[in-house]
Amino acid sequence: MSAEPETSMSLAAIRDLLECEVLACPELLGTEISTVVAADGMSVVLTALCRRAFLVTGLANIQAVRTAHVADLAAILFVRGVRPNEKTIDHARQRSIAILATRLGMFDCCGILRNQGLRGVT
Amino acid sequence: MESDVLLRKTFEVHGLDFDKAGETSAEVKAILSDIGMDPDIILRAGVVTFEAEMNVVMYAARATVIFTLTEEDLSIEVVDDGPGIPDIELALQEGYSTASDEMREMGFGYGMGLPNIKKTSDRFELGSEVGKGTRLLSVIHLNAK
Repeated sequence: MSAEPETSMSLAAIRDLLECEVLACPELLGTEISTVVAADGMSVVLTALCRRAFLVTGLANIQAVRTAHVADLAAILFVRGVRPNEKTIDHARQRSIAILATRLGMFDCCGILRNQGLRGVT
Repeated sequence: MESDVLLRKTFEVHGLDFDKAGETSAEVKAILSDIGMDPDIILRAGVVTFEAEMNVVMYAARATVIFTLTEEDLSIEVVDDGPGIPDIELALQEGYSTASDEMREMGFGYGMGLPNIKKTSDRFELGSEVGKGTRLLSVIHLNAK
């Protein structure tokens, strides 16, 4: 067990830090995030189960939202400028999953969030 | 002796329909949420069903998913008419995959699905006949793990 204290950040703070656009569920920006899973392979996400975690991915299709729903994740950040289509965004709205999008790459996003004290799912 | 069935529901999953893949797991999740099931059990049932659905969508023309709930456990049985698995031991090795690039572009086909289903289950059975299809059974105990 890690002795590191748990740190959390609101989605609003993450939005500001990573210069994100909010594509779905802005009403959830107050949600606190403490754990992050970053992957383009959805089975990786489904292996590293941690409810209410924050998904960082470059996979901008409906399966990212379906995976987030099944894995009970709080929100998704799409990196490197990829954008899901409107159907995918609607799907996220219906399931109350916030969607953020940034031009930053995955490595930079993960590094910045890690520097803020957020932890990965291991 | 088999315990009394509280709920049984059958779903049809169609192959190559990437857009709809995941609807069965969402429905299973909704059913379990409605009856107030423990969130950890819901999560595990959702993962098993979702991974199994993705396998069907990637490899089979169609499959039947039978979801059964008893007092003791929850089972998810998936029977497909796909090409079958020639080497089950190999298919259960993490990282082994025969998926196409198109499948990987959908975020799946990294050789983690079957091992993840096995890991998430309390009891796991996988049987297959090449040219005929595959049967997968995942059982999750409600009062264990």
